[in-house]
Amino acid sequence: MSLNIRTYRDLTDADRSGLADQIGAQRRRVATRLATVRRVVAVLSGKGGVGKSFVTAGLARALARSGRAAGVLDADFNGPTAPTLLNLPVARCSFRDDAIEPAVSPEGVRCFSMALLLEDGRPLAFRGPDTEGFVWRGALEAAALREFLADVAWGALDELLVDLPPGVQRFQELSELLPVAPAVLAVTIPTPESRDAVRRALRAAIDRKATPLGLVENMVGGPFAGSAAEELAAEFGIPVLARVPFHPGEAVWENVVSKLGRSL
Amino acid sequence: MKFLCVECDRQMQFEERQLPGDGTLAAAFRCPTCGRVVALLTNPMETQLVASLGVKIGGTTLPPQPMETVRGMVATGKPDAFEDEGERGAGSSTVWSSEAQERLARVPNFVRGMVKRIYLDYARDRGIAEITPAVMDMARTELGLEGM
Repeated sequence: MSLNIRTYRDLTDADRSGLADQIGAQRRRVATRLATVRRVVAVLSGKGGVGKSFVTAGLARALARSGRAAGVLDADFNGPTAPTLLNLPVARCSFRDDAIEPAVSPEGVRCFSMALLLEDGRPLAFRGPDTEGFVWRGALEAAALREFLADVAWGALDELLVDLPPGVQRFQELSELLPVAPAVLAVTIPTPESRDAVRRALRAAIDRKATPLGLVENMVGGPFAGSAAEELAAEFGIPVLARVPFHPGEAVWENVVSKLGRSL
Repeated sequence: MKFLCVECDRQMQFEERQLPGDGTLAAAFRCPTCGRVVALLTNPMETQLVASLGVKIGGTTLPPQPMETVRGMVATGKPDAFEDEGERGAGSSTVWSSEAQERLARVPNFVRGMVKRIYLDYARDRGIAEITPAVMDMARTELGLEGM
């Protein structure tokens, strides 16, 4: 004879663990922290090595020079480069109330990056059991993203640019953590291979209700042949904001800020 | 995660949590009707997975610390990544026994400031004048500070 067992949702007594409530409190902490951020912009590609971090830094610096309050959250935990690209000062992380102060670039870009925390030359490694790391490592990186959003004293920002690693997993984590879907700036290089990877990433972003702002085509005029940005722009109905050559001047980024104009 | 006493058809209530220090966790739940106690035992991988979500079985007893998961879990952090926050918000006369100081010194630098503050707050909130290894053990169990 089988037991007549009530199931999870049938049990409604107060639960001291309150795991769902703990998760809810984490989400509220993110929303509260970002209440002073006008817009979160995810810089994504889907393809590695196309210059997302380079574009993020160039755009953030141009935003700051134009008088906007800009922040960069370096979400590439395994290959963080934002501090170098933004010329951040080397300093200990300090605390303000219940949060950690971001580092501030010479132009005034506020930034937080795993590179500020890791020993020089060492990879991101977590404490924990020696085996089955694949089970919990992804959860820990998602937790790190949540804490970078919620526990950094971002303050009032016009734009918080989130520099994503290749692929779409971190974007999905980001969109789940944010109270509203982020805007998206896609970065590609001219090649068909990059086009195909960026197409998938843009599709994933749109599926999650993100608003695509446009495309930046990087490394133009060099050895990479193709018309990825034009093709993607036509397919998704979004603008090509810049075609960035190797060694661009600051005017390239200022032009992107100008083109984004009201949308940023 | 909930536990049901099938015989009484009652939801069991969290009773206590133990962290033996080997990565495993034991959490006891009691039936409010018949008093029967069952224990949830997790292996290190399961314990780690729960900790990775930033949640605690039995509930949280501390306000969230800034970047507590990152600071508690990253093994390759710079020893001097954070300013010393041991005295942040303290202002108490709590002292550390030499044994407790030795034990604290074994905590990796990267997370030591946060751990120190948690123990100080724990002692202050309970009117404990001296932090000893026994107090640290009590706090670890009560607050669910795995690995601290």
